[in-house]
Amino acid sequence: MNEGTAPDFEGLLRRALVPVEPPEDLAERLEATLTNLTEMAAEELDAWELSAMRDPRNWVRPVAAAAIGTAAGAGLVVLRVRTQQKRHRAQAATDAEFVQRMLHAAGDEIRRVLRR
Amino acid sequence: MDKAELDRQFSELYRAHLRDVYSYAYYRVGDHHDAEDLTEQTFLQAYRHFERAVRESDGRPLRPWLIRIAHNLAANLYRDRSRKPQTPIEDTGTLRTMHTTEDLVEGRDELARILEGIKELPDDRREALIMRFALGMDNREIARAMDRSDGATKVLIHRAIKQLEQIVSARQGGPA
Repeated sequence: MNEGTAPDFEGLLRRALVPVEPPEDLAERLEATLTNLTEMAAEELDAWELSAMRDPRNWVRPVAAAAIGTAAGAGLVVLRVRTQQKRHRAQAATDAEFVQRMLHAAGDEIRRVLRR
Repeated sequence: MDKAELDRQFSELYRAHLRDVYSYAYYRVGDHHDAEDLTEQTFLQAYRHFERAVRESDGRPLRPWLIRIAHNLAANLYRDRSRKPQTPIEDTGTLRTMHTTEDLVEGRDELARILEGIKELPDDRREALIMRFALGMDNREIARAMDRSDGATKVLIHRAIKQLEQIVSARQGGPA
């Protein structure tokens, strides 16, 4: 490939530039974000108004997205999100509190995306 | 193509290339924090434009497209912050986490000199070497990622290696 280059130098280069494994929490965060994104149409995301989250009439879609975000067939990796959902379920005393916690988590992700 | 199928394909792309994008980002920006940000932004941007990319790729691999997104975002990062990498990639702690014990015992100094030398290369040469050696991309993939011809890419990589050899040799006190 590279005439005139010492072959062992390329070997050294390969050893120096080893692939770097991403931190586990990055993968988890990304998967959660992407899973939420796949549950919303892009137009909805673009038009999203956080203030609408305060109106209970607008809760249906994000709550549904967060709650079913880990369902099979959604496409993206879901294990972590399922874990989070279980944790929220375990921490919530009532169904209403569970919905509120999931809504909060979805809101956090949306805010992260919109900040970019 | 319906959204479910598109999401499934994006999921595959993500799983297959998370490490590639992160590796590229890490060697490009020089620290884990910025590399995480860059990786996250790359996949978010890729998701937004995935349907079009699939349509226009004509069945070709999408890794070069992903790396090109990361490249553009990294360029923006430097332009916005007007700075170069702040954490040296040859940092001892970093080396320890990235290389095997055998590597460290046998040639840590040499590997550190190479990493240091890579930082001195012009951006395009450094990126070509990262794609070739950290990501294992072939000439054609690198050419697509860098928007160059295959021939120009081959020359670029050859010159990058030669220049790096000279830099490392000079650091060792040998003939340039």
